[in-house]
Amino acid sequence: MVSIRPSKCIRGYSTTEMDELMHLSETILSLAPWLVFAPLTGLLINLIFGKRFNERTIGTVASSASGAAFVVSVLLAYAVSINHGEVMRWRLAEWIHVGTLSLDWTFRIDSLSTTMMLVVSGVGTLIHVYAIGYMREDVRFKHDEGRFARFFIFLNLFIAAMMILVSGDSYLMLFVGWEGVGLCSFLLIGFWFEMDTLGRPSWANSDAAKKAFVANRIGDFGFLIAAFLMFWNFGSLQFDDVFLGASSLSAINSPLTVAITLFLLLGVAGKSAQIPLYVWLPDAMAGPTPVSALIHAATMVTAGVYLVARSAPIYTTAPAAQYLVAMTGAVTALFAATIAVGQYDIKKVLAYSTISQLGFMVAAVGMGAYVAGMFHLVTHAFFKALLFLSAGSVILGLERGHHHLAHKKESDDSRRRRSQGTSHSHEPFDPGDMRNMGGLRKSMPVTFWLYIVGTLALAGIVPFAGFWSKDEILLDARLHFPAVYWLLTIAAFLTAFYMGRQIWMVFFGESRTEAAAHAEESPKVMTVPLMVLAALSVLGGGLNLPFDGFHNLGHWLGHTLGEVESLPLDLTVAGVSTLLALAAIFISWLLYGRTPLEAGQTDPLKGLGFVFKGMENKWLMDEFYQVAIIEPFKKLSQFLADVIDWRFWHDFVHDTLIVGTYNWLSSIALDRYADRKGIDAFANWLGAATQWISQTIRKAQNGFVRSYALAVMLGVVVILGYLILK
Amino acid sequence: MISTNYYIILSAILFTIGALGVLIRRNPLVIFMSIELMLNAANLAFVAFGRSWEIAKGEAFFNGQIFVFFVIAVAAAEVAVGLALIVEIFKTKKNINIDEMNSLKG
Repeated sequence: MVSIRPSKCIRGYSTTEMDELMHLSETILSLAPWLVFAPLTGLLINLIFGKRFNERTIGTVASSASGAAFVVSVLLAYAVSINHGEVMRWRLAEWIHVGTLSLDWTFRIDSLSTTMMLVVSGVGTLIHVYAIGYMREDVRFKHDEGRFARFFIFLNLFIAAMMILVSGDSYLMLFVGWEGVGLCSFLLIGFWFEMDTLGRPSWANSDAAKKAFVANRIGDFGFLIAAFLMFWNFGSLQFDDVFLGASSLSAINSPLTVAITLFLLLGVAGKSAQIPLYVWLPDAMAGPTPVSALIHAATMVTAGVYLVARSAPIYTTAPAAQYLVAMTGAVTALFAATIAVGQYDIKKVLAYSTISQLGFMVAAVGMGAYVAGMFHLVTHAFFKALLFLSAGSVILGLERGHHHLAHKKESDDSRRRRSQGTSHSHEPFDPGDMRNMGGLRKSMPVTFWLYIVGTLALAGIVPFAGFWSKDEILLDARLHFPAVYWLLTIAAFLTAFYMGRQIWMVFFGESRTEAAAHAEESPKVMTVPLMVLAALSVLGGGLNLPFDGFHNLGHWLGHTLGEVESLPLDLTVAGVSTLLALAAIFISWLLYGRTPLEAGQTDPLKGLGFVFKGMENKWLMDEFYQVAIIEPFKKLSQFLADVIDWRFWHDFVHDTLIVGTYNWLSSIALDRYADRKGIDAFANWLGAATQWISQTIRKAQNGFVRSYALAVMLGVVVILGYLILK
Repeated sequence: MISTNYYIILSAILFTIGALGVLIRRNPLVIFMSIELMLNAANLAFVAFGRSWEIAKGEAFFNGQIFVFFVIAVAAAEVAVGLALIVEIFKTKKNINIDEMNSLKG
């Protein structure tokens, strides 16, 4: 069932060299299924032997599985470069052949998909390694060490699903991965499903998981409708067939492509947390921090951006939809950035920041600046994973300090209890609340410096990675969509501000709680992956510098997305954004750095009045959805259940119509007429007739032997007479 | 040589007398005798046909005669059972009039 579709001829090599390279790339191509099988193997090993392995072995198996996928990704990227960016396909198996629809399980290896593979498996592997250290402590703080293996099983499942998503050659295969990562997201958000983020018994975490799942269902509905439209009109779900069909429609903005792209946008809004479906992502922070980093910052949420980039040939035929995508991204970027300013939870700030940065990417791909969008996707994966994982390190550091104190206090208490007979109670301590932090610079120096790197990259300071990618998006926007440019520039300003606020609140000043004062640095297994990510955050910009000869990512992705214009550095745009970022950091220093927050002090931005209140309370979006959508929806369901289902369908249609008709039919028509007057009457008549006949005939049996003999004689005479006269 | 026809006619006459006896008489002993007459009428017919067959074939052939022996044996057995029944009925009813034995009726 396995076949190779060799690419077309390769330019610039002699025949023998070409043959060798062709052979090499085909050999590498045959490894493509291991993108998925490698993490699945790790998953199976941990699933079967997880109970017997110790934590180090479980972590090693899972990380190696993810690492193997990374190695395969690197090899595949090399194969693509040998083939000069030609699309390569590896058909694993026949999948769906129904009527005219013919879909195979085919891996599509081109420059776009290999870029995604490298990010997913590369960042994913680093996070796997980090998670070995993180989960080791997390399961102990939450008193359930048996759950360690389960975490890595889910994590490997996620890598496998994500690989299916990025390597699929059809919208349906992409959808399989799309749903797979959605499932993993659900499982991992609700990893500690029986408690809330502070470890108290509650269903808060599982509610967050459900929220993410349901919000994504709405997006998936859009995706599915788009896929149905493609199949109905183009007769295929294969990328190339659909693109061919879309480009053959002569009209620009034809209703069909606009409908498809807008339904896809709904899917993007769900998966990539854009307005109006972004609300699940902040709640998704209920998951363990490596999950937040891997799924809800670096990889899964960028699937929407990948989807738009992948569907570029359709989007280019529908500029109206493109405009809407760009505006959605830009508005989301600004809106989420304002909320991030008012948050106190270290992970919530990063979550809203992620939504905001995803808005940047969606705006970029919406404008048709696919390379800029993908570039930002890659750098964002580096520095946002770095920030999340560092935040996880901070949270664990505080948790360590808190437990250290709690144990000391407990032993003190028990000593006192023995003498005085008093009991003590635990007050809930939130290790993620930035108001409980402060002064961690000294106790967690490594994490501090890593966090600084991530912050500078996110804020867009030269020469960190975020600067180059964000600048490219801004430049594109300035040239084509001024409105988007202004929205994104303000968002970029706010980004630098809230990151500055976070740095000052977390790492500077004096410790506002005893836990912060006793915070401890994280072990090497956690900090080393962070250092790798930090290096990538510093150097990642080198992928696509805005100078002649350095548009590497642009050329690389150009093989798939078509050659895009490579814009040179625009000093105005770069200067404005850099100055704004520096100004924002300076303002944040004025507010939070110069006079650090004291314990219990309110936020200095409270002076903004209702504006800050809005930011703090997420502009009441959850409450708005509660009132505008969820409550009416519940009322509608109540109505449907009580009135339509119960009273109408059950009481009226079922009980009255169906049961009534049946009763009438059975009692009147069948019982009274058909049964009693038909069948019964016939049976009774039969009995009566038999009785009458026998009453009549019994007289013949009179007991006189001679009359019997006479009858026999007569019978013989009759028979003989018949035989003779015949 | 007497023709077979005469034997058959005699047999028919005997059978008819026996049958009428069975129908008319009320004394079971006489009825038994009438039955014997019918059986022997049949025996006469067997023997007559057997001999007629033998002459036609020109070889010894005893099937009809053998059948007669069977009939005689069965008739003897039947009379033994019948007489025993009559004796028992007489013991209980002090009477053997066949028309009085009509309790088995519908």
